[in-house]
Amino acid sequence: MYQWLPFWPPISSKQGIVVDDLVIAEVVVSTLIVLTVFGMMVTFCVRYRRGSQASRAHLMRKTWRIEIGWTVATLIAFLALFAWGADIYAWLFRSPPGDIEIYIVGKQWMWKVQHPGGQREINALHVPTGKTIRLVFASQDVVHSFFIPAFRIKHDVVPGTNETLWFKADQPGVYRFECTQYCGDQHATMTGEVTVMTPSDYEHWLTDQGVGQSLAEQGESLFRQYGCSGCHGPNSTVHAPSLNGLYGGLVHLQDGSVRRADEAYLRDCILEPRTFTVAGYPPVMPNFSGQIGEDDLMKLIAYIQSLAHRSASWR
Amino acid sequence: MAMIAAEAEPTYLDNENTIASWLLTKDHKRIALMFLASITAFFFVGGFAATLIRLHLATPNGLLQPSMYNRMFTMHGVIMVWFFLIPSIPTTLGNFLIPLMIGAHDLAFPRINLMSWYVFNLSGLVLLYALIMGGVDTGWTFYTPYSTSFSNGYVFAAALAVFVNGFSSIMTGLNFVVTIHRLRAPGMTWDRLPLFIWGIYSVSIVMLLATPVLAMDTLLLAVERFVGTGMFDPLRGGDPLLWQHMFWFYSHPAVYIMILPAMGLVSELIACYARRPIFGYSGMTIAMMAIAILSFFVWAHHMFVAGISIYSAILFSLTTFFVAVPSAIKVFNWTVSLHKGAIIFDAPMLYALGFVLLFTIGGVTGLMLATLGVDVPVHDTYFVIAHFHYIMVGATVSAFFGGVHFWWPKMTGRHYPEAWARFAAILAFAGFNLTFFPQYILGNLGMPRRYYTYPAEWQSWNLLSSAGASILAVAYALPLFYLGWSLFYGKRADPNPWRATGLEWLTPSPPPKDNFEHTPTVLIGPYSYDPESDRYTTQDGVSHA
Ligand code: HEC
Ligand SMILES: [Cu+2]
Ligand SMILES: [Cu+2]
Repeated sequence: MYQWLPFWPPISSKQGIVVDDLVIAEVVVSTLIVLTVFGMMVTFCVRYRRGSQASRAHLMRKTWRIEIGWTVATLIAFLALFAWGADIYAWLFRSPPGDIEIYIVGKQWMWKVQHPGGQREINALHVPTGKTIRLVFASQDVVHSFFIPAFRIKHDVVPGTNETLWFKADQPGVYRFECTQYCGDQHATMTGEVTVMTPSDYEHWLTDQGVGQSLAEQGESLFRQYGCSGCHGPNSTVHAPSLNGLYGGLVHLQDGSVRRADEAYLRDCILEPRTFTVAGYPPVMPNFSGQIGEDDLMKLIAYIQSLAHRSASWR
Repeated sequence: MAMIAAEAEPTYLDNENTIASWLLTKDHKRIALMFLASITAFFFVGGFAATLIRLHLATPNGLLQPSMYNRMFTMHGVIMVWFFLIPSIPTTLGNFLIPLMIGAHDLAFPRINLMSWYVFNLSGLVLLYALIMGGVDTGWTFYTPYSTSFSNGYVFAAALAVFVNGFSSIMTGLNFVVTIHRLRAPGMTWDRLPLFIWGIYSVSIVMLLATPVLAMDTLLLAVERFVGTGMFDPLRGGDPLLWQHMFWFYSHPAVYIMILPAMGLVSELIACYARRPIFGYSGMTIAMMAIAILSFFVWAHHMFVAGISIYSAILFSLTTFFVAVPSAIKVFNWTVSLHKGAIIFDAPMLYALGFVLLFTIGGVTGLMLATLGVDVPVHDTYFVIAHFHYIMVGATVSAFFGGVHFWWPKMTGRHYPEAWARFAAILAFAGFNLTFFPQYILGNLGMPRRYYTYPAEWQSWNLLSSAGASILAVAYALPLFYLGWSLFYGKRADPNPWRATGLEWLTPSPPPKDNFEHTPTVLIGPYSYDPESDRYTTQDGVSHA
């Protein structure tokens, strides 16, 4: 849409267009402000240079009317920009249900990508056009930040929690992604390429990768391996909540608060179970922090997600 | 008789000239010069790092090792922020001028003033130790858990240096607040204070309130690094975002610590060289105080993509727009202050005009960053680098250079060479824009900050930027030579060479040790310039042709 602009980055997503409208509007407003100030300055400097004949009589002394005038004017203009920006932000950062959920672990200095079908890649990401893609992030060490300039989306990847981003790509092509939060020596090489493909190309790509176990299937075996099924399974004798249909819904906690069961919640359940308890259950869920790495954690989360009727419960 | 009295009163420079008389001086004017020497030294160390950075980035693959490059931008940031920009105007021109402008004989606490200088240099030594031992590679923001558990640099020493440095800020801020409250000459009411004093006053309050938080931050960082308390480490139940909140709670106000004194300073220059009263004096004072207060409520705008809740992001975006309003007002007021003036384009005025333009460009791009939807793509890219260099270098350093030239005759009793100074001012403006404007474009194209390497298609913009930096380096080094030259060969200056109205111009250049023979009585506000008759009235109520 704005491709004709010189020095403009490529755009390949719905977000890109929405964000760029605002960026262009602000560039225009900014240029006007700078030109006004510059124009006034040059005019006054020429007209009222020392020794010029221009009249200096009737210097304005009472100025507060003008000052209040432009204070109010700038305030209104600023509030308009603020509201526009806030609206876009809320839309960018509230993920809709994803058609495809892709798990990405950041570590010094690479991005490890896992597709729901079990396909893996490093510093590369293949996605189809026209589908809502949700990216679920975790960091294994320090703070990273995942940025795809062509999609105009970015989010820090902070260790100790899960972050999500979403996008819907519309132009097939190859675009850059990069880490934008300084993370050590090789920060500058923590980059990669997103390949946006037509849905049929994407299907081919998936099968070419060789179909092994899907992420959720791998998660299911981990679920048994780590002993989760002993409590959460159907034949368990422990009074533990069933995880069916959990993901995406609301959970009532013992202390009266309510949390949405998103990735960050599931992660806290597994790694920090003693900081909160699900209402109506004994606080016996063991603490797995230090025992389950980011990769396995993502598989477990993918498994728990697969137990939910996703689109129905996620708002 | 008067002649003999004048002869008998030595200037603050001549009065005792032993090394001990300088190192143990309690005279704010000498301490100001000592600070000037210290921060100039740091400016060139930080500038050297900047030069290496730009040299490295001239080609995609650079010339430094990655770990070296990372150390360079960290040192550049740490030195320029804490060892140059924050102390720059307050400790030099502020120190020198506050007593002179308000008609006092010294600051309220001369010993604390001297101690501040020693503490400052001590912190500088600690930092140089960290630098020589192997440097720090965390960036000046010390983000955790990288800085606490992963970096192999001298984080502890650097944090200690910043910790100690903060005490110098606190002491100076405290001294200034008390001085401005208690030591004003008779008749120097708050509504007659020069805007420079208002700028220093507002910044001193920010220093007093914000810097203790920096002390907490750096202390916790050092302790965590040293004994592993786990405060910021998710593996031990800590929270990395806690560090970011605490750090920016200081470091956002610090941005205003760097710009508020410059805002006050430039108002002095514009009024004097436009030969007319500043437009909207009280609006200017209110704006500065509003900025000082609001600056404490915007810190999380550095964290819009860090994982804070959508609601807090919206709130902080709103407060950021609020703090931009008084800044916008000031730009309008400066510009309109040229209307119906009788403008003289001496070097200080060129710097002041450059300040207004660069501040405006930095300001409007700040608005873009405050807008949530726009911040997402440009956050942590070169766009941000360009934005804050426009404010902190383009604006603050221009104001600082303008101020040094303007008060040079007062400080040294000598004139600087005008032609050279104008040349340097114009060169700095051109070099600055060439260096930093391309960085806006790079940022928009998606080049992240702190990258030691980048794709080849971005080279032309980087090359332009590096070329600009070499011009800028010349422009910043030039004054060192011609100002040094002027110390010996410059024309001797009258008490009031610029026909300005402040009290500092009532006393000889350079002033005697006690500033004023008799404490002046203030009858009118600052900036009584009349462009129509070309007369001006100094603050003691005497009208001059
Ligand atoms: C000793 C039995 C036990 C084991 C083993 C166990 N859990 Fe739990 N889990 C519980 C109990 C009891 C609760 C509810 C009380 C609470 O929140 O602590 C719970 C809560 C949860 C919840 C929150 C459920 C909700 O309704 O919000 C999740 C998710 C969860 N566990 C996942 C796991 C996973 C994954 C594992 C294996 C790595 C696991 N659990 C192992 C007993 C167990
Ligand atoms: Cu990184
Ligand atoms: Cu800030």
